[in-house]
Amino acid sequence: MTSFVKPKIRRLNEPTNGLGKTRADYDGAMSTLCAGCGHDSVTAALARAFYELSTDPKDVVKVSGIGCSSKTTTYFLKDAHGANTVHGRMPSFATGAAAVNKNLTYVGVSGDGDSLSIGLGQMAHAIRRNVDMIYMLENNGVYGLTKGQFSASSDVGSKAKKGATNMLPPIDPAIMALSIGATFVARSFSGDKAQLVSLIKAGIAHRGFALIDVISPCVSFNDHKGSTKSYAHTYQYYHKAVHADYVPPSEEITAAYDEGETMPVELHDGGSILLRKLDKDYDPTNRASAMEKLLESQQTQEILTGLLYIDESRPAMAEHKKLPDTPLHSLPYSKLNPGAEALRKIQEEFR
Amino acid sequence: MKPTDTSNPDYFHKVVDCQWACPAHTPVPAYIRLIAQGRYSDAYLLNRDSNVFPGILGRVCDRPCEPACRRTRVDGEPVAICRLKRVAADHRDDVTSRLPQKPDQTNGKRIALIGAGPASFTVANDLAPLGYECTIFEKLPEAGGLMRANIPAFRLPEKVLNEELQYILDMGVELKLNTPVSSMKALLDEGWDAVFVGTGAPKGKDLHLPGREEADENIHIGIDWLESVAFEHIDEIGKNVLIIGVGNTAMDCCRTSLRLGADNVKVMARKPRNFFKASEWELEDAEEENIQIVVNHSPKTFVTENGKLVGMTFELMEYDVDDKGEITGQRVIGEETLPCDDVILAIGQENAFPWIENDAGIEFGKWDVPVVDEETFESTRKGVFFGGDSAFGPKNIIWAVEHGHQAAISIHRHCQGLGLRDRAPREVELQSAKMGMFEWRYSNAYTAAERREMEHVALVDRFQRLNIEVELGFNAEQIAVEVQRCLNCDVQTVFEAPLCEECDACIDVCPVECLSITPDADSEAELRASLTQPEAPEEQSLFVSNPLPLTGRVMIKDENVCLHCGLCAERCPTSAWDMKEGVIKIPHADDQVETVA
Ligand SMILES: Cc1cc2nc3c(=O)[nH]c(=O)nc-3n(C[C@H](O)[C@H](O)[C@H](O)COP(=O)(O)OP(=O)(O)OC[C@H]3O[C@@H](n4cnc5c(N)ncnc54)[C@H](O)[C@@H]3O)c2cc1C
Ligand SMILES: Cc1ncc(C[n+]2csc(CCOP(=O)(O)OP(=O)(O)O)c2C)c(N)n1
Ligand code: SF4
Ligand code: SF4
Ligand code: SF4
Ligand SMILES: [Mg+2]
Repeated sequence: MTSFVKPKIRRLNEPTNGLGKTRADYDGAMSTLCAGCGHDSVTAALARAFYELSTDPKDVVKVSGIGCSSKTTTYFLKDAHGANTVHGRMPSFATGAAAVNKNLTYVGVSGDGDSLSIGLGQMAHAIRRNVDMIYMLENNGVYGLTKGQFSASSDVGSKAKKGATNMLPPIDPAIMALSIGATFVARSFSGDKAQLVSLIKAGIAHRGFALIDVISPCVSFNDHKGSTKSYAHTYQYYHKAVHADYVPPSEEITAAYDEGETMPVELHDGGSILLRKLDKDYDPTNRASAMEKLLESQQTQEILTGLLYIDESRPAMAEHKKLPDTPLHSLPYSKLNPGAEALRKIQEEFR
Repeated sequence: MKPTDTSNPDYFHKVVDCQWACPAHTPVPAYIRLIAQGRYSDAYLLNRDSNVFPGILGRVCDRPCEPACRRTRVDGEPVAICRLKRVAADHRDDVTSRLPQKPDQTNGKRIALIGAGPASFTVANDLAPLGYECTIFEKLPEAGGLMRANIPAFRLPEKVLNEELQYILDMGVELKLNTPVSSMKALLDEGWDAVFVGTGAPKGKDLHLPGREEADENIHIGIDWLESVAFEHIDEIGKNVLIIGVGNTAMDCCRTSLRLGADNVKVMARKPRNFFKASEWELEDAEEENIQIVVNHSPKTFVTENGKLVGMTFELMEYDVDDKGEITGQRVIGEETLPCDDVILAIGQENAFPWIENDAGIEFGKWDVPVVDEETFESTRKGVFFGGDSAFGPKNIIWAVEHGHQAAISIHRHCQGLGLRDRAPREVELQSAKMGMFEWRYSNAYTAAERREMEHVALVDRFQRLNIEVELGFNAEQIAVEVQRCLNCDVQTVFEAPLCEECDACIDVCPVECLSITPDADSEAELRASLTQPEAPEEQSLFVSNPLPLTGRVMIKDENVCLHCGLCAERCPTSAWDMKEGVIKIPHADDQVETVA
């Protein structure tokens, strides 16, 4: 149970966005997670990103599986649509929702347990279909909700709170996603809100599936010495490779950029993502080299962050499946169900 | 940037906006918590420590605390601090046994206090319990100064005034009424160990215009007229009355006129409303009684017929006002004569010391005000101190009290042969307010209620007698709601940089987004840029922490809007933020420890 509430307070001169809404209008119910959980910061980043984009919460659908991370859809955008689904099954739910109404913005929230163990197959196929959604993988190296068992993202040698050492090789969601054709792969950290907010905005604007793997420490079960997903370890090995700024269609790119260090990627919505390379020899548009860099970083323990890979050319699911612009609920019944005679005709074609 | 030095007592003091703004630094949130618990006597005594007259001030204080109140920055209306003070006074039990007591023995030091107003009474309150023999000389037949002679009984009942003055007299203070001091030199020759001048600013300003002498019988100087009413030398006035001036004295004059039989009272102002000197609440109270306030009328002549006042002529003014609200030009656009039976002049007060001889060793500066040290309140003659309206011109009761406290410290040190400037410093004591999960020693939940309105005696009833108190005081429901509006600004957010692991939980939970972790910068302006409301007024502090252990960045906090809700401390996994109740220790005469013989 919630034991305290965050009061909603209108300050004098409080800033508002294009819809006249305040930042607090993008909050949800009070979080019941442990004090200091990284997931709460990801929640705050989502709320801020939608506030900055001036999105109407009613145009957003939040979906999640099971886990502490998956609980957080309740804690932002209280006026959005949403569902907590079954453990690991959020990607299928999101795929179905996106198929019937492609005009809404889909936000999937999941954990390393939910996505990389029970839900691995589900996530992989949503990536392959390039479902138009942003997928937040709140990665803490453990099953937080069930009290700290190692998850599939746990690094070899990382210690559990009670001392056990993980021996199994980790699944790196970014490498996995790249290997199966992901079109937007990013990594960030709950402690770097500035980076996270701009990645979320870029991911929402991206056409297709946008994966953001967020290191999001579990203060209760995986924030000790010897853990490779603690705050201290993450701050120590944190490495920004590519910075991404979303520039909406209404704004011009004004900053001058040096070829090779800064490059704009045009988006289908008319806006663009301005990439700023912090590592000179990192190319976020080259899939093979991105994978290579990520594999190398596994050796050095470095946590490469930023927009690691982007490809705006592949169509999203709605396009290659030729889904209608009108949401199914608004299509006339005669169109949705053309009747027995029409069905018979279709079946004829296959005889 | 240099990290904020929170060991400087002024840092946490400044965060308690009301207490910082109160001249006597009354610990407002602490006494409001006591009221919330129904501990009215405790709340009264806590008030009394700093402001000496909670019953009086709970009614008529100028309340500089209220415009400063943090709550104003949240919902636009301050906590009704003054009204809650009155609640403590009205509902207290007999507290006489808990007051500073008359000592068994005096210390043989004799102090002369001239004038029986709040300034002298405060000096006596602080010194008599320490053993000083205090004698107050007062020219009028009753004590209280302007609180008796000028503030009308419908705002300040006599019983309230008498009780609080008596508390001090009971400490063994001698009061000599009907005893004007007419020669400072003669008094000094009597060999007092120290002399305190608390004679106020007793001279009301006159208005020398054509017709003034002829109409003298019906032209009254406001403060003298109010005094005559208070001492029952005057008990009637004409039907049509004009009050000249629109300060607080004017408000008392117009409302008193109504109670003496006037039916048509106009307050004449030279300028538009936003230039009025009167407090907004005093204007409202007068207007509720159907007083008409007439703007842009500048007095020109008194009109007489057969040697008697029949009216007054005014010039009609027009002003040019710039966007800062300042007058840049003015012109006369006409003239108007208003009939009247009496005129009351309420255009200001001045100091006057005809009884202090030129060669008494006391220097006077411009406009005949004495040269007084702003810290010690000593005049240019050693051992002679000034305080209240007599020191720097007319102010108000709470300033008179604070001057009294400071003068008492000086007199105490002077009599002990100690340096007047080595006064005991202010201190802050911090104590954690945490009780457990979601449990704090104060009511930290935010209450969205609006400020409660004071109820008044019905208009038809209030004019029957001069001394019917208009304000009824808060009822139980109003008390219960108003105490919860206080944000407990004295429960301080205290930060321990070495404990922070930069999880951002505090930043995310803060309902007013006043926290940020940011790379250190050279200037406060650069740091402020990372706040969600960077344009916060500069006089509100910015807290800057020591470098944080993991990244070397700093935690910053905008003190402007913090609600003291404690959610940052509630969400912090390492208790790097804690809520601590801060007691600001404001030293008085009895805190000058090193003097204990
Ligand atoms: C009409 C009016 C209304 C006011 N309303 C408020 C209000 O609502 N709230 C507020 O905070 N303030 C108010 N004030 C101001 C407040 O009353 C004064 O600032 C305050 O009383 C000053 O205190 P004091 O001790 O310096 O002097 P005073 O209160 O002026 O007392 C001085 C005393 O010294 C005596 N005295 C003078 N000369 C001699 C002498 N030679 N020998 C012996 N005795 C002498 C006088 O008779 C008087 O009793 C008001 C003032 C006026 C005029
Ligand atoms: C079908 C099924 N199997 C197992 C569980 C038990 N279970 C609940 S949450 C969870 C793991 C959650 O881990 P993660 O997604 O990393 O979330 P976190 O709590 O760490 O944020 C498991 C195994 C379940 N709820 N349902
Ligand atoms: S158990 Fe871990 S993941 Fe779950 S809320 Fe607590 S800190 Fe967050
Ligand atoms: S007490 Fe903490 S959470 Fe509450 S307003 Fe102040 S800084 Fe924010
Ligand atoms: S909640 Fe505590 S540990 Fe976390 S950033 Fe704030 S002060 Fe630091
Ligand atoms: Mg997990």
